[in-house]
Amino acid sequence: MLSVALVVLALVFAVQAMRARQLISSALWLAGVSAMVATLLFLYGAQMVAIVELSVGAGLVTVLFVFAINIAGDETRAMPAVPPWPVTAGFTFLFVLLLGWFLLSKTPFQQAVPAAPEATLQIELWNARGLDLIVQVVLIFSGVLGLLGLLAEVDAPLGGSMAAEVMANRELEMNTEVQSMVSQLSDDQDTKR
Amino acid sequence: MSFSPFNIALMGVIGLLGIGFYGLMVSRNLIKIVVALQIMVKGAMLALVAAGQANGQINLGQSMALTLIVADTIVAVMGIALGVQIRRRVGTLDVHDLSSMRG
Repeated sequence: MLSVALVVLALVFAVQAMRARQLISSALWLAGVSAMVATLLFLYGAQMVAIVELSVGAGLVTVLFVFAINIAGDETRAMPAVPPWPVTAGFTFLFVLLLGWFLLSKTPFQQAVPAAPEATLQIELWNARGLDLIVQVVLIFSGVLGLLGLLAEVDAPLGGSMAAEVMANRELEMNTEVQSMVSQLSDDQDTKR
Repeated sequence: MSFSPFNIALMGVIGLLGIGFYGLMVSRNLIKIVVALQIMVKGAMLALVAAGQANGQINLGQSMALTLIVADTIVAVMGIALGVQIRRRVGTLDVHDLSSMRG
């Protein structure tokens, strides 16, 4: 019963994270999802992962999000989705349907290879999945180097012109919208006459 | 279909992956896209642990989920840093505006 409540709460928080207009609210709802998933993991017997998920997923990543939103500033103007909503809803429905059919139509998992009685997480992690640990270390280093490169205070050679181009594109879109409205109005007046 | 703990976890997995997928399609804000990706990864993590538990190999599921957490955090950090830089230099986080740029 508790796991059902946690799953429902995680889904509600995820929907709220997507619906929130402000980025900061979105990040906080995401922390809620992380906390619910961490509790679920704890219930399923994965205590170690639950602790790491709670501290990294709900803690570190949320702090990073809040930090980044404070630096970059929120963009609260409405951004309507590019594809029409029936297309997105249809694709999502198809995705969920296929995933549900794939996962829930199977018979329960068989115990394919019974785990060795002495197999603990430490033995599994260091002996059986040693390569994963090396990959993790490489990932962390590449992530740190990438972050340093991205946050370096160097002016981009095209920085000014890119911003000007975006502003010009926006003005062009607004002008075409205004022109279409004006032409529609004049058409309406012509038909009235 | 019974409501075993494994099936309950699978429903959570399907819901989280579906919501994240919808968010990826609908969102135009770069930070929001990273949030949608994070939601999808949470679903994948839950699936790994639930499958490990159902298979009697919870430690294998845990070790894979740990790798996933590291990779996911790096992806989030890089996405956020990319968003901050783009916002600083271009002045927007809207991927539609970015994709309409030439050059």
